[in-house]
Amino acid sequence: MGLQTPFYQSHLDSNAKIVDFGGWDMPLHYGSQMEEHHAVRQDAGMFDVSHMTVVDVKGQQAKVYLQYLLTNDVDKLQETGKALYSGMLNEKGGVIDDLIVYYIDETNYRVVVNASTREKDLAWMNQQTEGFSVSIAENSDYAMLAVQGPNAIEKTNQVLSANQQQAVDGIGVFFAADSEGYFIARTGYTGEDGYEIMVPADQAGAFWNKLIAVGVKPCGLGARDTLRLEAGMNLYGNDMDESISPLEANMGWTITWQPEERDFIGKSALLAEKEAGVKNKLVGLVLEGRGVIRSHMKVIVEGVGEGETTSGTMSPTLKKSIGMARVPKATSESVMLEIRGKLVPAKVVKPPFVRKGKALV
Amino acid sequence: MSNIPSDLKYISSHEWIRMEDDGTVTIGITDHAQELLGDVVYVELPELDSEVALEDEIAVVESVKAASDIYAPLSGTIVAINDVLEDAPETVNSSPYDDGWMFKMKPSEPSEIDGLIDAESYQNEIED
Repeated sequence: MGLQTPFYQSHLDSNAKIVDFGGWDMPLHYGSQMEEHHAVRQDAGMFDVSHMTVVDVKGQQAKVYLQYLLTNDVDKLQETGKALYSGMLNEKGGVIDDLIVYYIDETNYRVVVNASTREKDLAWMNQQTEGFSVSIAENSDYAMLAVQGPNAIEKTNQVLSANQQQAVDGIGVFFAADSEGYFIARTGYTGEDGYEIMVPADQAGAFWNKLIAVGVKPCGLGARDTLRLEAGMNLYGNDMDESISPLEANMGWTITWQPEERDFIGKSALLAEKEAGVKNKLVGLVLEGRGVIRSHMKVIVEGVGEGETTSGTMSPTLKKSIGMARVPKATSESVMLEIRGKLVPAKVVKPPFVRKGKALV
Repeated sequence: MSNIPSDLKYISSHEWIRMEDDGTVTIGITDHAQELLGDVVYVELPELDSEVALEDEIAVVESVKAASDIYAPLSGTIVAINDVLEDAPETVNSSPYDDGWMFKMKPSEPSEIDGLIDAESYQNEIED
């Protein structure tokens, strides 16, 4: 038996197929991964994401600490509740994790990191506090639920209290509201609108049941993966890791280079990499022949070289196989994939593949 | 609890085999196999008229989770393929023993049929 989230009993009650995920007992699906995927594209679905790690960063120097720790600049956060996506690098410029940081005030930030990277992230964040007046504390008070889909906000609002409804009224994308113990953020990992909600752990089951009652469909890790891939979002451990630079992981946009005087961990390595010329890039692929793209397939770029797929699936929305691959920088619009000894053509695209229910490729 | 019809033969890699009156055999994957795989999204079938040998990897079933090879349960010739599965691979989930059949063979080594197992033995294998 692995670690269980506060929604564990809810999963069993919803007939989840439970699997081990990085030491956690998590739902893979509740019957059909495909139906769950479509529910999020067309209506509203919910995912238990309580296994993710919430870290509160507080102290007089919380801001300058995070400016040094992260590739993106928390100076962009000036309004309470505003969120920022960023990479956290090692000195060599490899990606330790990707994360979201919320601004409460200049001495108080909330960071959400991946589940599979919890221990190394906490160790790294603690190690980097040296010389800063800042404290790092894991916050285990919450269960976390992502409610996603075109009707997710409307349906969720029906089960919030009057005060909470007022707090989230007109909330912008990448903003969070803290109300009556709930931390409700308009963020997600599916390419659809919706919330990611931190719920007091002892209210998890009751909140889940209320959402079931308004027609929000439970969705497992399987659908979470096909949705994020259609949305062109990286998965840590697949599409990037500590050996990969953000410049080779389609994360260049998360690096803030200005002002020049701001140093951050990994910056000098990234500057040197740019100086020498970035060798590879992460691209989207749409398979043109028959088959299914999976990770670690060989990609052949005629006249240029070779690459490798990092993620792949059959897209339930597009009914075609899609994936991501790290390929030489000079790769243009088409490649060949080696699938079980056969060469199959694929088109190179810029993710996302699907956004807000619409095909983009 | 998965469905294991008693009138079929099985192999431990989760294929079922039905002996037809005309001497051909029909092959598909079991209810238990489709449950393990989850939603099937792609099926690659053997070529019609091809000669295959026992235990050759001759087809592929891919689900949302992973790709699985399908093995020839007998040696022989492929005499029919269920090309409905090209456009509707989910039929393998909804009807593993009927509409979701994969291919038909004409066996060339009748003695190999003795190597197939019955429903009870298959049931015991998947319980282990």
